Amino acid sequence: MASLHSAVLDLRRLELMANGDSTIHRLDARAKVLVTLVFIICVVSYTRYELAALFPFFIFPVVMVSLTGIPPLFIIGKLALLCPFVLAMGLFNPVFDREILVQLGTLGISGGWISFASILTRSILTVGTAFILVGTTGFTAVCRALERLGMPQVFAVQLLFLYRYIFVLTEESGRASRARELRSCGKKGLGIRSFGSMTGHLLLRTWQRAERVHMAMLARGFSGEFRTHHVSRFGWAEITFITVWSGLLIFMRIFNIPHLLGALLAGSIS
Amino acid sequence: MSHHIVQVKGLRHIYPDGTIALQEVSFLIHHGESVAIIGANGAGKSTLLQHLNGYLTPTAGDINIGDFPLTRATLPDIRRTVGMVFQDPDDQLFMPTVFDDVAFGPLNLGLSGSILEQRVEECLSRVGAAHLRDKPPYHLSGGEKKRVAIATVLAMSPDILVMDEPTSGLDPHARRQLLALLKDFSHTKIFTSHDLDMVFELCERTIILHEGLVKADGPTREIFNNADLLAECCLEKPFSMQNCAACGRPKTGL
Repeated sequence: MASLHSAVLDLRRLELMANGDSTIHRLDARAKVLVTLVFIICVVSYTRYELAALFPFFIFPVVMVSLTGIPPLFIIGKLALLCPFVLAMGLFNPVFDREILVQLGTLGISGGWISFASILTRSILTVGTAFILVGTTGFTAVCRALERLGMPQVFAVQLLFLYRYIFVLTEESGRASRARELRSCGKKGLGIRSFGSMTGHLLLRTWQRAERVHMAMLARGFSGEFRTHHVSRFGWAEITFITVWSGLLIFMRIFNIPHLLGALLAGSIS
Repeated sequence: MSHHIVQVKGLRHIYPDGTIALQEVSFLIHHGESVAIIGANGAGKSTLLQHLNGYLTPTAGDINIGDFPLTRATLPDIRRTVGMVFQDPDDQLFMPTVFDDVAFGPLNLGLSGSILEQRVEECLSRVGAAHLRDKPPYHLSGGEKKRVAIATVLAMSPDILVMDEPTSGLDPHARRQLLALLKDFSHTKIFTSHDLDMVFELCERTIILHEGLVKADGPTREIFNNADLLAECCLEKPFSMQNCAACGRPKTGL
């Protein structure tokens, strides 16, 4: 449970990074949300066996990280946490899909391995970019941007509450599990039997806690709308940011850059 | 002037499970008064406080804040007028940084730009927490959290301050600082507390709740001198009024 707790603390660290100051931080949240959406759509729209064409897309997260000063190791660490899930998802591809697609000398690489690598690359790209978005913008501002882009307010507020609830839930579950560990003296305690009532208690306790947090929000004039004090305007910087990045991303999506480079190289040699 | 008064008439609250938390509570608190509501655990203190800013709806009875009855229509105004400081500051601080947290209320009131900045700065320096503005609330110590929680409420410029156990969980130094801070406020103040020494120091008037009823309402000194009453309500004299712990003789000057 300690690792879960520290993971949540790290989430908060990501949120704090959003208070930084850089050209990217200062951009209107809507611009960043739009470009991230274009990025994700471009990356996920490839066929399952596409691998080489995905690599040029790393330019976006790399440039963003270098411009914003977000520690790259931090993002990589977060992505490493995600790996088990991705591995579980793609694990059976190499088993079921054994058709050889690429022949490297005597080594034949099956379609399963390629699609597996493709899933992994895509996950790293999309999730990494989402982390960078939150780290440069802040979750509240992202929700507000989505709302200003036309998402119904109810969904935006739900999303924010869900995000808040993650913290409430992990804090409470951390406490409950610590109390259990301390009284089970390093053994299994009551084992699986105690988990039923623990989960029930957890639900009720987080519920009460969430109610108190809600009460605190109501007491301070919360009326269903989240406001941020970051004043942002949609100006030339935002328009340039969107045009340049969307243009580049869509170009990379339409033209397979590694392929073009390869053809160019092959052409010049022959 | 009558707009900072708190009037509770025949307040009764029964929880959905049938527990009678408040049987019949009535009192009137005037402008600028500092009043303590004390009582044993389960006497109904927290339930009473939750009525004062409309979080719970009375089963019977009325509440008037200033000239307005507490109704759905007056709720937003009343929530601004009555600043509520919770017992556990962790429930009250929910934004990523101290600044964001203090700004949350004023933003909802429609403040923005430099006026907002100024309001937040003012409230933070008033509680001596200006240096914490960019810190995340969960990294603060208990005393710092409490002070920031008070700043978040002050930022709404309330007329009436309601505090649930303000000194609970604070070390003696932080407690002392908080008392000095609270003494400085000219608001109408309502506290609940088990820290009777604090009550003795801050409040000229005390209301004792016992099993959902007002058992006593009067000057603090008089109430604390009534040993039978205190015993009946499962309370004790504050330490500062008890005999000396070392020699057993009464303390002088009280």
